[in-house]
Amino acid sequence: MSASPPVLLRRLSLGGFRSYDGFAWSDPGRVSVITGPNGSGKTNLLEALSLLVPGRGLRGARLAELPRGGAGHWGVAARFSHGEDGFDLSTGTTAETAPGRRVFRLDGQPPRHRGAIAERLSAVWLTPQMDRLFTEGPGGRRRFLDRLVLAAEPGHATEVAAHDEAMRSRNRLLGQEQPDRAWLAALEASMARHAVAVTAARRGLVSRMNRRLQDDPGDADGFPPVRLRLECPIATRLDEHPAVAVEDWLRSILAESRAIDARAGSARHGAHRADLFLSDARSGQDAALASTGQQKAMLIGAVLAHASLLAELAGEAPMLLLDEPLVHLDAHHRLTLLRALAAMPSQVLLTGTDPEGFAPLAGVAAFFRARQGPDGLSTLEATGAAE
Amino acid sequence: MGGPEIERLIELLSRLPGLGPRSARRAALTLLRQPQTRLLPLADAMQRAGQSVRTCSRCGNLDSRDPCSICTDDHRDGSVICVVEGVGDLWALERAAVHRGLYHVLGGTLSALAGIGPEDLNLRPLLSRLEEGGVREVILALGATVDGATTAHWLADRLQPFGVTVSRVAQGVPMGGALDVLDDGTLAAALMARRAG
Repeated sequence: MSASPPVLLRRLSLGGFRSYDGFAWSDPGRVSVITGPNGSGKTNLLEALSLLVPGRGLRGARLAELPRGGAGHWGVAARFSHGEDGFDLSTGTTAETAPGRRVFRLDGQPPRHRGAIAERLSAVWLTPQMDRLFTEGPGGRRRFLDRLVLAAEPGHATEVAAHDEAMRSRNRLLGQEQPDRAWLAALEASMARHAVAVTAARRGLVSRMNRRLQDDPGDADGFPPVRLRLECPIATRLDEHPAVAVEDWLRSILAESRAIDARAGSARHGAHRADLFLSDARSGQDAALASTGQQKAMLIGAVLAHASLLAELAGEAPMLLLDEPLVHLDAHHRLTLLRALAAMPSQVLLTGTDPEGFAPLAGVAAFFRARQGPDGLSTLEATGAAE
Repeated sequence: MGGPEIERLIELLSRLPGLGPRSARRAALTLLRQPQTRLLPLADAMQRAGQSVRTCSRCGNLDSRDPCSICTDDHRDGSVICVVEGVGDLWALERAAVHRGLYHVLGGTLSALAGIGPEDLNLRPLLSRLEEGGVREVILALGATVDGATTAHWLADRLQPFGVTVSRVAQGVPMGGALDVLDDGTLAAALMARRAG
């Protein structure tokens, strides 16, 4: 496919969101570096952008945590350009929003279907919390993988949500004394169908990324070439059987495990059991056993490979939100990362405590400094270049 | 603001779908400014509808006649029944004018999370119609939501003993899409491309 012009952030407005109110930011540039002391509002800004795509944003926050001061309504509104075109995207709550929900507006209108936003904008992020991605449970790794898949397949989030809804419904029904068996079978059919779709998308992305990482391992002094491995019995089945056969198989093992699942209150089989492993393609070392710095380098290597894969496949890379990307990286990896970002055909936002580390981006990036005023409100000030 | 009558009117209007407190105030103001041309005719229409509109005992449609004017229309194909979730979906299909058979309004979809079970659905009259005979095909035109798909699957299972062809609307209904918000062309394509359930 021919390269499409990048989707670039032109304007961001925040109202009643975290440490921001009445905030407007115009033309942040394709690569923006936001520096400032702890608590100045850098991550809040990245989080606001991460909430423009469906999900819980880069902090995984509950909606109640988002309004300024913990109460009231909040809004994030952005204008993006896409070549000659552009679109407005906003999210937030209003007096008429149901509790526990937020609404989206795409060009001022409610999106026509759940995938409509993902078709226009995708975002991938790395946060300092993700430094623990390899040592914690599989949920975080699965979410990380799904975020990468979603950038390639706009319908993926809908499939994941449908799978989880069918699974929760089945769990609920299994909790009843004499559940309707035909109803259970119908839910298991839904669950199997969506689980296979979700797994096929995850598996497709993992194999495309591995192929790309193998063909183009990067220069020797770049990031360690990583290998991704999806651990999931459904994916293993898909290696050898057509999707419809895997669906039938999953439906039958779900039906067989009703009694066990009813006792456990959860499903033993399904797309929610998948896990993602990263390893160093050269040494074969598993990320979980690597040092924090190596883990970070592997994660960044995966994110950069993903972005260049997408740029190649769809002509468009996701917006990258990298919160404190330089922490834990040695000087060499820092330079490699910044060079790669400078060449990236997409919107990139970076944060750090000091601008010095970002000096190699002088002339490429726009630099901003975040401050928190005595009223607790964050502001942003353009600083020209790295000082 | 303007007395309890106005407050009551605004409150009732604000409970309507698509209207919040602010738009309800605007609507109330429009009505009250032109009582002869807007408010009273509306009140009269509502009263008449309230007195005469019933749920059709055969298909679940809303009409001032029972059985409804669709069920009693001789020009329609009585051998094909299209099952929809709500009357809004029936209206959407009628607007698109692509289905010339009869309908059955289920009155909801199975939802374990919302506590809606088989006994809450308007199923019995549909089974009776199939028992009467003369029905060749049942089209399940339920939304492409998890609950819609689950209900279609469950219903296909329940209808199996009757030996009728059970098909489902297919293409063009986006995941998570409700039928009554689709455009007519999409709906027509979905109905044409139905597949065996």
